[in-house]
Amino acid sequence: MSEIQNHPSPALDKVPVTLTVNGKTRTVEVLPWTVLLDLLRDHLGLTGTKKGCDHGQCGACTVLIDGKRMNSCMALAVMKDGASITTIEGLAVDGELHPLQQAFIDHDAFQCGYCTPGQICSGVALIQEGRARTRDEIREWMSGNICRCGAYTNIVDAIEQVLGSTTEAAQ
Amino acid sequence: MNRFSYLRAGSIEEAVKAAAADASARFIAGGTNLVDLMKYNVERPTRLIDITRLPLNTIEETESGGLRLGAMTTNDDVAHDALVRSRYPLLASAILAGASPQLRNAATTGGNLLQRTRCYYFYDTATPCNKREPGTGCPATFGRNRIHAILGTSDHCIATHPSDMCVALAALEAVIHVAGPDGERTIPISEFHRLPGDRPEIDTTLQHGEIITAVELPRTDFGVHHTYLKLRDRLSYAFALVSVAAALRMDGNTIAEARLALGGVAHKPWRDPDAEAMLRGHPASAELFAGVADHILREAKGFEDNAFKIDLARRGIVRALSQAAAGTPQSQTDKRIR
Ligand SMILES: Cc1cc2nc3c(=O)[nH]c(=O)nc-3n(C[C@H](O)[C@H](O)[C@H](O)COP(=O)(O)OP(=O)(O)OC[C@H]3O[C@@H](n4cnc5c(N)ncnc54)[C@H](O)[C@@H]3O)c2cc1C
Ligand code: SF4
Ligand code: FES
Ligand code: FES
Repeated sequence: MSEIQNHPSPALDKVPVTLTVNGKTRTVEVLPWTVLLDLLRDHLGLTGTKKGCDHGQCGACTVLIDGKRMNSCMALAVMKDGASITTIEGLAVDGELHPLQQAFIDHDAFQCGYCTPGQICSGVALIQEGRARTRDEIREWMSGNICRCGAYTNIVDAIEQVLGSTTEAAQ
Repeated sequence: MNRFSYLRAGSIEEAVKAAAADASARFIAGGTNLVDLMKYNVERPTRLIDITRLPLNTIEETESGGLRLGAMTTNDDVAHDALVRSRYPLLASAILAGASPQLRNAATTGGNLLQRTRCYYFYDTATPCNKREPGTGCPATFGRNRIHAILGTSDHCIATHPSDMCVALAALEAVIHVAGPDGERTIPISEFHRLPGDRPEIDTTLQHGEIITAVELPRTDFGVHHTYLKLRDRLSYAFALVSVAAALRMDGNTIAEARLALGGVAHKPWRDPDAEAMLRGHPASAELFAGVADHILREAKGFEDNAFKIDLARRGIVRALSQAAAGTPQSQTDKRIR
């Protein structure tokens, strides 16, 4: 048992949360009602992850938690103590863009760019999951990411490009 | 969000004890419904009991040839489990018809069962709502009610249960395992969710302090003739207006066994044993299916915005039964309905 906080009436006591964010382990003190999205943006200054709806309805806040894509607006940070998080800031390696980041540029897969970090994190997970092959499947498996600008066609193109090269690389 | 204290439960006993000791404590699993409702001040728990680290995340075969899904398994875990996909493809399909990949990675089997209605007034604390504040009234009956129920409604509440997973569980006659201050018990899915009646604030027969530990799927033989047909305002990432889970066992063209459950139409997944009896022993035909649909909807009652659901449900039932009989389940990626 680990009693994080056990007051008879809730107090403004912060709780320590240790996360490995983009490969770096850090401990932050947050109030229990802080969601992971706010921890990343407000406590770690990682503002790449966006807040769209704050209610699980748009996907702008998508990050990878222990390798799985999730809506960081719906996750209480304290519940993720010990987890490994990858945000849009953690995708490039040694200054070189992730292939999907490059593909988004190649295919003009954004307009205002607000949904883009979530789209790319979600797309990276889609590629790792290996379930989507056809355009229909890409669309369905990207359906958790809304784009108000309607860049959908180009987003599918970008993912298809990377999936294509992944398939080739595997053969 | 209101302030709350946080407890990470180390054992089922600890979780149950902490919940039982505090009437406004809540368990939290994936958080995809509870955190949402807390952000709207609809739920204001003073204590959250994190149950995600409890050892309830396995999928195991039971001695009687069924499957036992731990309450902490995620919707994604279940939908992609090899045993679920081969023996209960209806369940995998229903789960994949719901929410989004991100949400399914967080949402759990237990939490999905207990998700609350998406009624607009329930979510809006500026309006009355009998479910949220008993006795204040139900604005949905005379207001906007496109997403509301057509079966089993009461004057007090016309909300629907929004889950897709639960519709498949109803057709598969799942059994919910719970542990509480007074020990363990099981609840058949048909008795888990309730109709609103004059107590719409009570969604289920689960008691405060009781924790869902597992969902058991009895052994069935619906691996081939099944479908989950979900009809909604947009093709993905939207709740059902009407959904139909159909599972048949066929003997040639004759229906040997039938299960049918509807989502999006009532306060609970809707099953009609008489309608299933009408199917048993008869050859599959469009006329038979139409008669069954009429029977299920005989007491359906539409409101201003949702009367269309009656016809939508009728067609959905006929189409789903045809898909199941033919062994051509609805694809959840190619959205064309055949
Ligand atoms: C934008 C959006 C779209 C969605 N679309 C769909 C859809 O199309 N179809 C669909 O079916 N669902 C949909 N959902 C709902 C989603 O499936 C549920 O939110 C999810 O299943 C809830 O599971 P959870 O683990 O996150 O529950 P939580 O939010 O953690 O908990 C929900 C409730 O269950 C209680 N609880 C959780 N686990 C247990 C347990 N083991 N024992 C006792 N009590 C427990 C909690 O106290 C709480 O009251 C959608 C959700 C969102 C936000
Ligand atoms: S339908 Fe039920 S949940 Fe909606 S306003 Fe009426 S009482 Fe509230
Ligand atoms: S900000 Fe999280 S889903 Fe919209
Ligand atoms: S690029 Fe503007 S919302 Fe997607």
